[in-house]
Amino acid sequence: MAKKKESASETESKSSAPRANPEPAATKKAAAKPAERVTAVEMGARQREISVSEFFTKNRHLLGFDNPRKALLTCVKEAVDNALDACEEAGILPDVTVRLEVVPNGEPVAPSQATRFRVTVTDNGPGIVRQQIPRIFAKLLYGSKFHRLRMSRGQQGIGISAAGMYGQLTTGKPVKIISRIGPKAAAHFFEVQIDTKKNEPLVHENKQIDWEQPRGTRVTLEVEGKYQKGRASVDEWLEQTSIANPHVELIYQTPEGETKEYPRTYHELPPQPREIKPHPYGIEFGMLLKMLQDTKSHQLSGFLAADFCRVSPQMADEICKAAKVSPDAKPRDLKGPVAETLYKTLQETKIMAPPTNCISPIGEKAILSGLYKQIKGEFYTAVSRPPAVYRGNPFIIEAGLAYGNRPQDQNKPQQPAMPKAEGEYEEEDSELARVIRYANRVPLLYQQSACSTFKAVLSTTWKNYGLTQSRGALPGGPMVIFVHMASVWVPFTSESKEAIADYDEIQKEITLALRECGRRLGLFIRRRERAASEYRRRNIFELYIEEVVDACNRLKGGKLPKEKLKEQLQKIASSRTGGAKTDETLGKTGAGPEGLPHSIIVTAEGVEGETALATQVEADQATMAPTAEPDSLGDTPSVDEPVSKEKTAGESREKKSPKGAKAKPSQIALFEAPDRQDRRDRPNKPTRVSKPRGKK
Amino acid sequence: MATKQKQATAVEKKLIGLADIVVQSAERSKDPTFQIPIRALSNVSFNERKGLIEMGSKKQERSFFNVGMAKKFMQTVLVADALSELQRADLTTSLREIYYRTKHTIKDSHENTFDTQDESDPVIEDLEVSLAALREELHVRAENSGSIVGPVVFGDDGDRVDCSKLGKGGYSVPSIVEPEYLEIRRCTADFVLLVEKGTQWNRLSEDKFWRRYNCILLTGNGQPPRGVRRLARRLHEEHRLPVYVLVDNDPWGYYIYSVIKQGSINLAFESQRMAIPKAKFMGLSSADPEQYELPRNVGIKLNEKDIARAKELMNYQWFQKPAWQAEIKRMLTSGLKYELDALANKDFQYLTKKYLPKKLQERDWLD
Ligand SMILES: Nc1ncnc2c1ncn2[C@@H]1O[C@H](COP(=O)(O)OP(=O)(O)OP(=O)(O)O)[C@@H](O)[C@H]1O
Ligand SMILES: [Mg+2]
Repeated sequence: MAKKKESASETESKSSAPRANPEPAATKKAAAKPAERVTAVEMGARQREISVSEFFTKNRHLLGFDNPRKALLTCVKEAVDNALDACEEAGILPDVTVRLEVVPNGEPVAPSQATRFRVTVTDNGPGIVRQQIPRIFAKLLYGSKFHRLRMSRGQQGIGISAAGMYGQLTTGKPVKIISRIGPKAAAHFFEVQIDTKKNEPLVHENKQIDWEQPRGTRVTLEVEGKYQKGRASVDEWLEQTSIANPHVELIYQTPEGETKEYPRTYHELPPQPREIKPHPYGIEFGMLLKMLQDTKSHQLSGFLAADFCRVSPQMADEICKAAKVSPDAKPRDLKGPVAETLYKTLQETKIMAPPTNCISPIGEKAILSGLYKQIKGEFYTAVSRPPAVYRGNPFIIEAGLAYGNRPQDQNKPQQPAMPKAEGEYEEEDSELARVIRYANRVPLLYQQSACSTFKAVLSTTWKNYGLTQSRGALPGGPMVIFVHMASVWVPFTSESKEAIADYDEIQKEITLALRECGRRLGLFIRRRERAASEYRRRNIFELYIEEVVDACNRLKGGKLPKEKLKEQLQKIASSRTGGAKTDETLGKTGAGPEGLPHSIIVTAEGVEGETALATQVEADQATMAPTAEPDSLGDTPSVDEPVSKEKTAGESREKKSPKGAKAKPSQIALFEAPDRQDRRDRPNKPTRVSKPRGKK
Repeated sequence: MATKQKQATAVEKKLIGLADIVVQSAERSKDPTFQIPIRALSNVSFNERKGLIEMGSKKQERSFFNVGMAKKFMQTVLVADALSELQRADLTTSLREIYYRTKHTIKDSHENTFDTQDESDPVIEDLEVSLAALREELHVRAENSGSIVGPVVFGDDGDRVDCSKLGKGGYSVPSIVEPEYLEIRRCTADFVLLVEKGTQWNRLSEDKFWRRYNCILLTGNGQPPRGVRRLARRLHEEHRLPVYVLVDNDPWGYYIYSVIKQGSINLAFESQRMAIPKAKFMGLSSADPEQYELPRNVGIKLNEKDIARAKELMNYQWFQKPAWQAEIKRMLTSGLKYELDALANKDFQYLTKKYLPKKLQERDWLD
């Protein structure tokens, strides 16, 4: 999500910052178009105020409203991001409901044909005080998160009002809000629109109402949109959100009338990220100028020590000396070349890296929980790297893998077990892995190939870990690769915040995280292969034992104790093929025929798996089951799938998990052919996407 | 037949012994294992005194719980079962029928016990050697693929078969020719001529060569089957007839001769009763083309396989006689091989009228 103010200031900073662009932009422009000479008077005559609606219409691609399909997603995303931010900041485990409805335009239409939708997002967050509501929802650039450096999803104070504006422009309908700050307070209902000339809210309706919820906020937008499943859809975004945010209880009512539920499987809030001051290495020149203007300090040295992290008063004095400015100078007076020198000096001074404890990673356990819940695989792993710093910005990289098919699914292709004729072979599995990317827990669905995370996945040698991989391609196999970057300032390649820029430090951290995941996967694959080959061996023996026993019995005139002989031979067979250990690996102790337990979850703490965690996920999924409805594939409701858990988990109950059926559409979605959507969308991308930009 | 009954029981006992191995091993939690004598060059030796190839004592183990051997093991037990069934029913059968008898799909799978006869035939040979039972004793017969004509009278199932009165087709040699199945009632011949190829045997039979030279004409249509070899041996042993061998002049011809004379590597254990150490090699010799002025253009260029095989033969102990080394070397030097049929280049009846008479008269053969 790019914001107008930021891009404006960045353009400024670029033109004046020698590092970024030594040539003033004006000269460049003039040089580029010498034929178009305009006098200052003419130009002056053209100057006028740009209305927000005009700005919005021209820049809607920067805000994520390039096309109706993406616009629908952006509306959902802005509202959900806000809901989660608000809940987390208030220390509330989020319960969020997303409802998409078709708004019929005369004749009722199928969701895939509809052009107008009602988006309703309800949370159980802290609510919003009455007076703030109009400005939050009907004034661009109004928010609580902009003036601070703290890890959060939203940042600019434009997200939800932009969505409201989009709705207003495309349907003419106001934004409807219900909010309540506690059981003792009243619930307020608002209908607001933006005065597009003044960027001020117009309140159409404001009343107290009865609301069943004791606390929280509900936003309803009516927008033009297009609903289409698959890659980069609302469905996919919500699924991926649920993977990275297993502490959220998410209910999604699709336009088709289904209810998809993503239960809370992780019952702790992520630790509160801490606010930090900017580090001198992390700011751009324009930012410094702005900070000089905004500071409360009256002296330059005081400003440096107070407004930046890792700058001591003593160091502030040294910096001033090196920059040949008086430490007592008024910050507001620093301009032009002096400010430039100060900026350079700041970049050249040795300053300790910023504190890193301000970042709140998802955590290995939560990632495992999210992956396990949403993706049916055999093997899961997650890695959280220790904090690192790029350009003065602390960040944490996290990676995870979900690999393989559950034994039930593995058997499916084997079922039509017709003997193969000569020249007939098993179909080669050409499936490629999928990458799911996150920045501060928000899924990134566009511009995959421009993203640092994706590049790191491609440059990892997955062959070392027992996977196939063709040159410059994703590794093969049923696998989801999860990569998350958490930072106070995620460097995006463009304002549309769709791909993470390539900083060496970031790339390195992602690579290290992926390698560790890969190493564990390799261990798992090798172990599984060993077990499988033992299994094949034993299978051969078991197949022949019957024949041998029968033939021996006939040879002995039918007088053999057949069962006894069979048992004896089977015992020898099993002892020759790894005995009980193989039994266990093969899951003879309760899993499907191919033998692997439903999942082996590996973390740094232990390779035998987070069985307790898995049990928790299943239990949560089971409790959410009663309201389960048919999934999008039209399968029969709650197709029972036995999800027998490892006995070690304490609960050896044979639990039926109707959520197994639920999880299925998501898995299919995750494994869908990659890139198709991406390619289709690329032409719509803004062309100036070269320089890394951040949220701030 | 009392004797037959007794023998069958002995073989059957041996077959049941295999089941006992399985049961006893299982009892002791041991991997059931059969010891099978190795049927390969590495496990045969040439007994110079007897002029026979004899099997050594090297054995290979065939274990059930070994991935590479499990199927073979299972197949061995299945074939043993089928063979013991034959014993009980006192029937004889063919290799092919054993294959069909033991072939089925394994329960709960799509795997067949045997996929082709190539899998069951060696198992039968394995059992022959391991149990030291002759194929006849196992009641397995080969296809009848030999013919005999000449002044000899057999009793076959009580029928009198006079081989001098069977026209040019002769009598089809059964695969089991042990005295209890085939009786040699009368034999007035002077020698046996064993011809590799049916075509040349036909020529000689048609020309009534046997009548002029008072001999028995025998052929096995290529590598002679056991019945033919055993019958030649019996005529040689019981009626003191010399045996002459007539084959193509190529490495395979030499080897056929050597199998008749010393026995085969594969079934060395049967040499004792099959081999005819005194058999002579009548031709075609690599010296014959010159001797009989066969033009070079009826020769065939030796291919790589021929050359390799010829060199292999030269290393066999039983081909070490100087005359034989010279014989093979001569072929290699000429680079050509000749078929018996090539003699027709001179005259259709050249074999009957010129070649053999000259050979016999000059006693021109190799030992
Ligand atoms: N559901 C909600 N509950 C409580 N407060 C909310 C809610 N939605 C929005 N807010 C408040 O409204 C402010 C403005 O939201 P908005 O989405 O416009 O901007 P933002 O989230 O700060 O940044 P961004 O533009 O990146 O989304 C937020 O900063 C937050 O304080
Ligand atoms: Mg927001």
